[in-house]
Amino acid sequence: MDINTKKLKKNAFRVTKRRGLTASRVRVPGGHLKTEYMDIIRRIADEYGDGTVHITARQGFEIPGIRFEDMQIVNELLQPVIDGMRINQPEPGKGYSSSGTRNIAACVGNRVCPFACYDTTAFAQRIEKAVFPNDLHFKIALTGCPNDCQKVRMHDFGIMGMTLPQYERDRCVTCRACINFCKKKSVEALKEINYRPSRNEEKCIGCGECVLNCPMSAWTRSKEKYYRLTLFGRTGKRNPRLGEDFIKWIDEDSIVKIILNTYEYVEKYIDRGAPGGKEHIGYIVDRTGFEEYKAWALKGVELPAIAEVNQTVYWGGVKY
Amino acid sequence: MGYKLTPEAFSRIVAGLSERYRVFAPKRYELGGHFSDTDIIRYGEISAGSEIIFGEKSAQSFKEALLPITQVLFYFTEKEMKESDFEQKDVLVFLRSCDLNAVKRLDTIYLRNGEEDYYYKRVRDRIRFALIGCPEPFESCFCVDMGTNRANNYDFGVVEQDGTYFVDCKAKDLADLFSAGTQEVQIPPLFVSKTKTRVNIPEELDASVATASMWEEYDGRCINCGRCNFSCPTCTCYTMQDIFYQENGRVGERRRVWASCMVDGFSDVAGGGSYRPKNGQRMRFKTLHKVLDYRARFGENMCVGCGRCDDVCPEYISFSRIINRLSEAMEEVRNADK
Repeated sequence: MDINTKKLKKNAFRVTKRRGLTASRVRVPGGHLKTEYMDIIRRIADEYGDGTVHITARQGFEIPGIRFEDMQIVNELLQPVIDGMRINQPEPGKGYSSSGTRNIAACVGNRVCPFACYDTTAFAQRIEKAVFPNDLHFKIALTGCPNDCQKVRMHDFGIMGMTLPQYERDRCVTCRACINFCKKKSVEALKEINYRPSRNEEKCIGCGECVLNCPMSAWTRSKEKYYRLTLFGRTGKRNPRLGEDFIKWIDEDSIVKIILNTYEYVEKYIDRGAPGGKEHIGYIVDRTGFEEYKAWALKGVELPAIAEVNQTVYWGGVKY
Repeated sequence: MGYKLTPEAFSRIVAGLSERYRVFAPKRYELGGHFSDTDIIRYGEISAGSEIIFGEKSAQSFKEALLPITQVLFYFTEKEMKESDFEQKDVLVFLRSCDLNAVKRLDTIYLRNGEEDYYYKRVRDRIRFALIGCPEPFESCFCVDMGTNRANNYDFGVVEQDGTYFVDCKAKDLADLFSAGTQEVQIPPLFVSKTKTRVNIPEELDASVATASMWEEYDGRCINCGRCNFSCPTCTCYTMQDIFYQENGRVGERRRVWASCMVDGFSDVAGGGSYRPKNGQRMRFKTLHKVLDYRARFGENMCVGCGRCDDVCPEYISFSRIINRLSEAMEEVRNADK
């Protein structure tokens, strides 16, 4: 048997522990899909795999038990799934053209969840369009609010939804729901002055609890959507760590631009000798220093006036 | 008989009226909902008929047009005080039949329940009503059983049908606005005559129902947020706040703001007492005010069956269901006495 394992991995298949068998990895940007694609995945698993599917940690599907000789036919069967998820693909019928940049994961977002500050899936799909295919090892995840159900701080880029609460004082009836919920569920950014809530702008994390709990619509959401961008969280053997805050009150366009800039930075500084050409971005930043990374990341980025950029970022985590 | 208007003609007429009146109507606040990417329909000032939302029920009522949510009564400093300014412009409110019946309840409380309320009266004297016709009831409406599905004390009524507006004008001074360039036609009904949600207030209902076990359920279910009160067109409670401005503690204002009998603090008294600490007790108090004790004093139910409290409750507590549980609750109380 002669298989080019490098090509196979780039094609989103993998070398498995069972000789001669591979697994197909299906991208689902934003983690939300029409059930018609599940029918296709099921058919592939039943006819070419072992009749099982693994739901991956990054919200894709992994179809195990596929024979190497069936990869092409699996790729052809996957075409409607690839088209349906609007995955960039240089050559139709040939499956995924890259696997380094991982599926972009997202919590269920505001299509379902009341807490979410935006449509996480739609933003994930936008980022997917901008960054895929790419062989560099990037992990990007989106979560609707600071609850961070998606655990985005474990990723290279963590995107957390925020809303900038707007207060219409004459609609306020001093029920204190905002103050109480902010204190009990969030960061205690509100205190009462003269029967009205007063918002500590530095403390506020834009979670929207005040808006959600205001019975009078005295608190409403900003028309603009904002985000917190966290950087270079990671799992792994040497130094797993949480992503740290880079920019608070950033906008969508700037996030996309910073991610694209980071690809250029990594192209320049990656250790070409790294095993499999794969190196977590965080280790590269550890090498070049954050200042250098920041200069690359912010090239051509026009942040909203309200954005707060951390000038230095230090990471902790566990070091072995 | 009435007039048939295109949406454009109707919109223009309302625009004209908005020069003479402050016009309040249910309108869409884009992205104004509690949840992201959602709108909210509530009352606000409009300047064209196209802003009025006919097809959806507003989350809150017209009430803020008559009773501002926050109203400064007067400003004070040292030995002087000054009454707050009052906008000397007449008001026109678009509202449905249930809400127009609610005006009667507000009048009762603010004008006929002891002293006339000066601040209410000065707006009330300048207000006119445009009825929004209801071709169909909404899911939670129970106006028919509350006897509030009809009203006739409006200046003009308008009902939308398939994109056309039909107007029934009662006010002689406004008739020319609508009749210009149109013929009189038969107009569709402005009122519904049956609703999907039905309620039955037991005839034998009395205060003994307070001891029924049903109220305990709401201790746990209700979160005392007050949305039911704030959305209610007939809730009339307010509280007073004296404010001393922070920059200069000798200057300040007295204002009144809406209050809710469901929200913490409403029944607190001097010495730290609280009469209704439990949410079930508050629910019982509110319910009996709406369908029992107001009626005992003024001869009709306070609740007008608009169903907004059902629509806005984040815990899916249905007020119409509470009303419908009262018969069984009365039976339980009577059996307990035997």
